[in-house]
Amino acid sequence: MVIAAGEEMLVLADRLLGFAAAEGASQAEVLVDADESALTRFANSEIHQNVATLDRRLSLRFVDGRRVGCAATNRLDEASLRRLAASAARTARLQPELEEAVELPEPGPITPVAGAYSPGTASTSPEMRAAAAREVIAAADAAGVLAYGSLATHLERVGIVNSKGVRAFEERTWAQLITVCMGPDGEAGYAEADAVDATTIDAAAVGREAASKARHSRGAVAVEPGDYPVVLEEYAVADVLDTLGYIGFSALAVQEGRSFHEAGRVVGSELVTIVDDARDPAGMPASFDYEGVAKERVTLIERGVCRDVVYDAQTAARAGRRSTGHGLPAPNPWGPFPLNQLMAAGETPRDDLVAGLDRGLLVTRFHYTNTVHPKLAIITGMTRDGLFLVEDGRVVGPVRNLRFTQSYLAALAGVEAVSRERRLLRGYLGPVVVPALRLSAFTFTGATEH
Amino acid sequence: MRDLSQRALDTAVQRGATYADVRVVRRAEESISVKSGRIEAVAFGESEGFGVRVLVDGAWGFAASSGLTMTEADRVAGDAVRIARASATTLRRPVVLDDRPPAHGSYRTPYEVDPFAVPVEEKVADLMAAEAAMTRTPGIAFAEANYSAQREWKSFAASDGSETDQEITHVVANIEANAVSGDELQRRSYADSGQAAGYEWVRGLDLAGNAERIAPEAVALLSAPQCPPGRRTIILDPSQLYLQVHESCGHPTELDRVFGTEASYAGTSFLTTDKLESGFRYGSDLVTIVADATAPGGMGTFGWDDEGVAAQRVPLVQDGIFSGYLSSRETAPRIGRRSGGTMRADGWDRIPLIRMTNVNLLPREGLSLDDIVADTDDGLYLASNRSWSIDDRRLNFQFATEVAYEVKGGKLGRLFKNPTYTGITYEFWRSCDAVADARSYVMIGTPNCGKGEPGQVGHVGHGTSGARFRDVQVGVGRW
Repeated sequence: MVIAAGEEMLVLADRLLGFAAAEGASQAEVLVDADESALTRFANSEIHQNVATLDRRLSLRFVDGRRVGCAATNRLDEASLRRLAASAARTARLQPELEEAVELPEPGPITPVAGAYSPGTASTSPEMRAAAAREVIAAADAAGVLAYGSLATHLERVGIVNSKGVRAFEERTWAQLITVCMGPDGEAGYAEADAVDATTIDAAAVGREAASKARHSRGAVAVEPGDYPVVLEEYAVADVLDTLGYIGFSALAVQEGRSFHEAGRVVGSELVTIVDDARDPAGMPASFDYEGVAKERVTLIERGVCRDVVYDAQTAARAGRRSTGHGLPAPNPWGPFPLNQLMAAGETPRDDLVAGLDRGLLVTRFHYTNTVHPKLAIITGMTRDGLFLVEDGRVVGPVRNLRFTQSYLAALAGVEAVSRERRLLRGYLGPVVVPALRLSAFTFTGATEH
Repeated sequence: MRDLSQRALDTAVQRGATYADVRVVRRAEESISVKSGRIEAVAFGESEGFGVRVLVDGAWGFAASSGLTMTEADRVAGDAVRIARASATTLRRPVVLDDRPPAHGSYRTPYEVDPFAVPVEEKVADLMAAEAAMTRTPGIAFAEANYSAQREWKSFAASDGSETDQEITHVVANIEANAVSGDELQRRSYADSGQAAGYEWVRGLDLAGNAERIAPEAVALLSAPQCPPGRRTIILDPSQLYLQVHESCGHPTELDRVFGTEASYAGTSFLTTDKLESGFRYGSDLVTIVADATAPGGMGTFGWDDEGVAAQRVPLVQDGIFSGYLSSRETAPRIGRRSGGTMRADGWDRIPLIRMTNVNLLPREGLSLDDIVADTDDGLYLASNRSWSIDDRRLNFQFATEVAYEVKGGKLGRLFKNPTYTGITYEFWRSCDAVADARSYVMIGTPNCGKGEPGQVGHVGHGTSGARFRDVQVGVGRW
């Protein structure tokens, strides 16, 4: 089996749309999603898991007046598609009517975005992934540490049609190499590279970065929890954007009153500007969402001030405005999310961020963060894979990991400097483009043994 | 499907695999979500496919496809072998599997009422009734009620002659009431759990009745005092204790974590193998924890794992002493043991990983949970998890619960909002001075345990009865 080309996928979608019409749908939407993914994983400097999968999936949103039913399958024969349409119709008709009218998106102009797809990623072989792993391992060997990590490659073909005339198709690729290097005493360092084109990832450089950090983490000493000025490397900043995006930048979170976001509210220093823009070539581009609506640029925070949030068709209808193109596949009780966040670069050379600390901590990344209080954006989590004490503007040595319990909004309010360099990373929600930051204070509330 | 499995096995062996297994899986799911008086989602889904796992030259390869044809069986088996050969280019320690006997047989989750046969109208009505009971409470900003069911038909075959068939059925339900005032948001929930069972389990939850109980509490929490910080005695209700077990015992006893194979993502474990040999004191004498894949109703209950190892009960902590791991055919021989049968995959397109089965803190004869409260002079009773976090070796944890009830003179008193507590795993479990008896023992299914790359979501279970811990740090951070 090979993944079908775009036209063939849209033909499948049209056929299912026809079956929905035959079942009496007043409106219908079909999402076709085909995935070809592979992941080579290594630990103790050898490949221990190595996988490749292929799947195609059809999802139907069936509207009957004020009732909606959804069904999905990866069985693509005609009988299965007919059964799917009948199932969605039956599901819709067994429900009481909604108070609000249901309206699927109208067709609108979708300008194809450049840079969403790379044949270099789509054609990655197991041998190429193994070669990249060997480069990382060689870097670790050279530093006397062991390598742990993964190289993932992903090809997605997504097509959307609806009965109002929406018709969109796009091929998207991404690749991610993550590496933790660990030394004999458990000292660890992290590095990551992400790209639309897997062939642009410099595996040896990722290995060297993680291995170097692991070596510099050797002999970590304990420091007392407390308030410290910090420099957050990009890996940690990615978690800040991801988390704020999840708990606060969604129109549904605002409409339900569980978001901190209020237009005009000051939540960050003037150095903080965050947008969601799937069309920015610095990120991983996409031209439309999972409802077939063109992606729009949304300014979330501008110079520290809350501006807007992202909308899908449903939350936009409630607010009397247009979707910003942030819908997820139906059924979606979680609402829209910013899947392509970017934080504006600053003017400080990255290496100068640490130079501005009298006494503080340099944080490589966070681990297992979770929301303690969503409206106050209080988050807890651990540091991991590289935490260093800084004195008089210089890294003086590694320290053991700490737990923080900190409002991410208060953290943004304390941003003192933003690096002029940015990195493309993949967060929990999707790709993010982030600088490194220096913050005036960060509250660490606990310690661990490594 | 036996023909397809055999074809894939034959192809894999012909291409050089010294071991191969094939899982053909079909999964059906349904979900219903009701929020703020409206139906948010009613959905059905199905997915089918097969995965081929091979060992070639001592290294693993895996490939999977949704195309259930003989041609695809050949292609996927061939891809798996090619992938394994690529893995072998970095090999340092060839994989050696334990010698479990070939598995044969079938297993089916017992249930009384097939959840997929219950009319959608009835399930929607049950959720709407619960949701309405919450939203009619003055002060509730929004409320939701959710239900889902999953059935998986799984056919396993291996090159050693193993053949098993299983039908696993799980149901999940929860309700949640939210109250909002200014910057304060308070939530009370109920159930937030799953079971290997039929719809009879959902009916037994009495969602509507419990909705009337939790909604006023969510509103009351808005004006409740902040939970005061300090070193306190805490009693954990099973609705929080199950996750404490999950995070601080379940994950660190995964032997793949101990050997570093999850290091780049979830992390490793402080429970290194020397601690097994030395009889490390994990908890107080009252703490006995088992991994039991045979426990009735548990979401980690099955007939065989995804390596064809029969379900079993494995001691993890016995009377406070660390005594065993969750293991696999590859990892167990490295500590001189046989697999504990815990390898499970999230569907046809993922490899099996060591997963918790039902990791249970066994009840202790003596005190009921009410007796423990009555026996507590000054403390806090914490219920219903709100947030969780633990370090990459599973030592430093921090949890928040939805509610804390003050305990004074052996009686439950006023509410506190935003309770949090933190500690170091083994220090915390050593401070356990009471475990409730079987009267409050409940199996709580966790349908959202994340692990692995690419990501997998596991269904696991935790039986607990409630327990008391002394001198715990409560109230973390600046509010």
